[in-house]
Amino acid sequence: MKQSLFTLEHARQLTEDTYELVLSGDTSAVTAPGQFVNIRLPGRFLRRPISICNWTDEALMLLVKVVGDGTRELVRCVPGTELDVLSGLGNGFDPTAAGPHPVLAGGGIGIAPIYGLARRMLDAGQAPTVALGFRSAKDAFYLEEFAALGCRLLIATEDGSMGAKGFVTDCIRNVPECDYVLCCGPLPMLKAVHGLPQLRDGQFSFEARMGCGFGACMGCTIPTRDGYKRVCKDGPILYKEEIVW
Amino acid sequence: MVNLAVELAGVQLKNPIIPASGTFGYGREYAEVYDLNILGSFSWKGTTAQPRLGNPQPRIAEAPSGMLNAVGLQNPGIDAVIAEEVPNIAKIFQGPVIANIGGFSIDEYAENCRKLEDIDQVAILEVNISCPNVHAGGKNFGCDPKAAAEVTRAVKAATKKPVFMKLTPNVTDIAEIARACADAGADGLCLINTLLGMRIDLNTRRPVIANRTGGVSGPAVFPVALRMVWDVYEAVQIPIIGCGGVSSAEDAAEMMLAGAAAVEVGAANLADPRACKTIIEQLPAVCRRLGVDNISELTGGAHHG
Ligand SMILES: Cc1cc2nc3c(=O)[nH]c(=O)nc-3n(C[C@H](O)[C@H](O)[C@H](O)COP(=O)(O)OP(=O)(O)OC[C@H]3O[C@@H](n4cnc5c(N)ncnc54)[C@H](O)[C@@H]3O)c2cc1C
Ligand SMILES: Cc1cc2nc3c(=O)[nH]c(=O)nc-3n(C[C@H](O)[C@H](O)[C@H](O)COP(=O)(O)O)c2cc1C
Ligand code: FES
Repeated sequence: MKQSLFTLEHARQLTEDTYELVLSGDTSAVTAPGQFVNIRLPGRFLRRPISICNWTDEALMLLVKVVGDGTRELVRCVPGTELDVLSGLGNGFDPTAAGPHPVLAGGGIGIAPIYGLARRMLDAGQAPTVALGFRSAKDAFYLEEFAALGCRLLIATEDGSMGAKGFVTDCIRNVPECDYVLCCGPLPMLKAVHGLPQLRDGQFSFEARMGCGFGACMGCTIPTRDGYKRVCKDGPILYKEEIVW
Repeated sequence: MVNLAVELAGVQLKNPIIPASGTFGYGREYAEVYDLNILGSFSWKGTTAQPRLGNPQPRIAEAPSGMLNAVGLQNPGIDAVIAEEVPNIAKIFQGPVIANIGGFSIDEYAENCRKLEDIDQVAILEVNISCPNVHAGGKNFGCDPKAAAEVTRAVKAATKKPVFMKLTPNVTDIAEIARACADAGADGLCLINTLLGMRIDLNTRRPVIANRTGGVSGPAVFPVALRMVWDVYEAVQIPIIGCGGVSSAEDAAEMMLAGAAAVEVGAANLADPRACKTIIEQLPAVCRRLGVDNISELTGGAHHG
């Protein structure tokens, strides 16, 4: 973990409620895709945890969905705004465990860490299939960015307005050779993916309300097969076998 | 040079700033952020006889200028703390440690304290009596002067270390509880613990916290904590650790003027992991502004003239 100031370089609106933010600063504490940052906002007591979508040596890319006052203030920050950020939090995904046919599954705003993960797996010579789920075509975002990666891309929308009608799980079922998943999304999606019989193993990114985000307060712990774990420090990524619903 | 040293029931602290129980774990996470040896002391996570898993999720909610928590005393239990955390604490911090102890019966409190007797680095026992008494229908020890006094006596009989009783603010007259503890032999007091509160999610129309209620802390509670420290200072002669909403060196000085001999900082550490470091760095300047060479001169200063 590192606490440092980042400067907002730009914010780009992607859908009615979702934005891409680029923050410049010291990213040396970021070691794996799926890690997150915890951002202090003026006037808010608790920090806001946001997944790292992608990063370079000098910048962080975040995708933020406005759901309340904190996220609204965050996306309204003007370029040049300095933000107090805890970076490199959590364990992150381990792509080396994924085998030859991994599927990367993202639902809604949960596609954020999937993007950086896909890029790094492709750089490492792995060939992941990416499956993204959205409510409808108007909620979909980052499709061009994913398409530009050049990996197999499957899309599902709940209302069928784009891609296949249905859920990410339906996409995954259509690629039966995929036997390992790395995924992030709302709890019902994680649970449905977890239940797919074709998967021998997988990594699942969890959310929890956080007091600190760095392991000190026990605010975020959830039961696992191996006892209680802190989503912020021992997670947010949990492995298939250890998850209890 | 301003002298920041203070004394708590015979224990010397290099400065009055102490991270509060439950916001600092057993020190591990903060040792990654700064050298803990700048601290006066730190109060470890409330530790009980048995390991505790704590409450269901969600446990955390935000409040204007503060937060609520219903962690439910999640901790690995006193034996695991002695075996795994105490040796690690010795590596990351060489000063005196405050052992925060929880309990659900008078015997449990006493037994937990007894187990710490031979650990030299534990300089003070901080007995959290904001816990339900399983033998009295779950009534909080800290809400009843008789029960608070009984815990105090039992713990005092079990240890030679100084005993500080940590008081709950969820009472009508905190000075009465403070007096009961002092009369029963407490060496000092720590106040306040969190204030009972709740939040409701407008979308679900349900309480945000699974446990329904949670303890409020952070800057929002500072004036309440300050007033209680003031009242207790008027009621007892033993040293007080002031706690509740402190987030700056100025707040710490205010706490001391109200009567605190030392100051605990809780929720502020969660919002800013460097909070205690920053406060300690700024204390000398605040003392100079107030015209004191020894910070301990501030204690109770607002009560006289
Ligand atoms: C590990 C992790 C990664 C995340 N990654 C992203 C991301 O990449 N993009 C994104 O848009 N969102 C992400 N979230 C969710 C994001 O943290 C919340 O949407 C945000 O905190 C809401 O703040 P608010 O003030 O707008 O909402 P409010 O509802 O007003 O927030 C009130 C309080 O509840 C907390 N809270 C509310 N919803 C959540 C939630 N879903 N998870 C955790 N805490 C919550 C807030 O932090 C705040 O303390 C992530 C959450 C976690 C735990
Ligand atoms: C997440 C959290 C966990 C806490 N756990 C304990 C605990 O285990 N034992 C205890 O005596 N107090 C506990 N407290 C109370 C704090 O030590 C402190 O008394 C209170 O939060 C008020 O101080 P503050 O406003 O500076 O946070 C906890 C507080 C928080 C925020
Ligand atoms: S949020 Fe504090 S331990 Fe995870």
